Amino acid sequence: MSDKTESPLHTVGFDARFPQQNQTKHCWQAYVDYHKCINIKGEDFAPCKVFWKTYSALCPVDWVEKWDEQRANGTFAGDVNP
Amino acid sequence: MLNLLNMINIIYNDVPTPYSCYFQDSATPNQEGILELHDNIMFYLFIILGLVSWMLFNIVRTYTKNPMAYKYIKHGQTIEILWTILPAVILLIIAFPSFILLYLCDEVISPAMTIKAIGYQWYWKYEYSDFINDNGETIEFESYVIPDDLLEEGQLRLLDTDTSIMVPVDTHIRFVVTAADVIHDFCIPSLGIKVDANPGRLNQVSALIQREGVFYGQCSELCGINHCAMPIKVEAVSLPKFLEWLNDQ
Repeated sequence: MSDKTESPLHTVGFDARFPQQNQTKHCWQAYVDYHKCINIKGEDFAPCKVFWKTYSALCPVDWVEKWDEQRANGTFAGDVNP
Repeated sequence: MLNLLNMINIIYNDVPTPYSCYFQDSATPNQEGILELHDNIMFYLFIILGLVSWMLFNIVRTYTKNPMAYKYIKHGQTIEILWTILPAVILLIIAFPSFILLYLCDEVISPAMTIKAIGYQWYWKYEYSDFINDNGETIEFESYVIPDDLLEEGQLRLLDTDTSIMVPVDTHIRFVVTAADVIHDFCIPSLGIKVDANPGRLNQVSALIQREGVFYGQCSELCGINHCAMPIKVEAVSLPKFLEWLNDQ
């Protein structure tokens, strides 16, 4: 919670790929991109963080938990392999 | 003069009142626009209603020798063109400002924070996932209605909740609305928000609250037996107070 003092409020901005009211794909794409990104570049690769911020801001926690579980079981529908 | 104006303490109406027949007071530019459009359309609507009623009344009163009711008329080219074109033009004049407003309200360009509202049978769950602590946990809490027998003096029946959405004023907020079981509807009249909460879909809507206050809303899609008992309570506070609240979470 330390970075709150410099910029207290910050969230995902407008994305031209998802201009609609429906943001389901925005959340999904960010989740898939993040895991693809860390599978290629590793957990600590900083540019992957932007996807993480996007999906954690948009996706409900329940969805993320469900997808994490599916990835662990190998039943995840998205392509996250490098 | 300015001091005098400040002395007048305006009480805003942010809750439904018995027998009220107008909107609650607006707190966002979106709702301001909606009220403006409503008032404009109603103005012309009443002119048309008056004109039509006046003509009808006159025709009923003096049917014979009334220039408006020529009883042997079978075909009138001019009048037919008029009563086709004129309503079409009126509808167009209504449609354009309406579409402009609709698409303006839809835009979520540069929000400063995101709040997720998830509808359950029968309560709301809110997540502030812009703020994540070191353990990777985010702020999430459920908001239940206060039952009738636990209401305290001054609380509103079926509107007050145990926890409320805290938001800073003058900040562009994005609400991401979804549901977990059946369709709900996230609605706050004072903020001009009404968006369906569909399971498996994320709908976004924006709000820029321009004054501090407590705003109430209710689930607006029939969602089961306790549809009436899942209200939405928004507390708009100043940014420092909001950050204080955030640190307490």
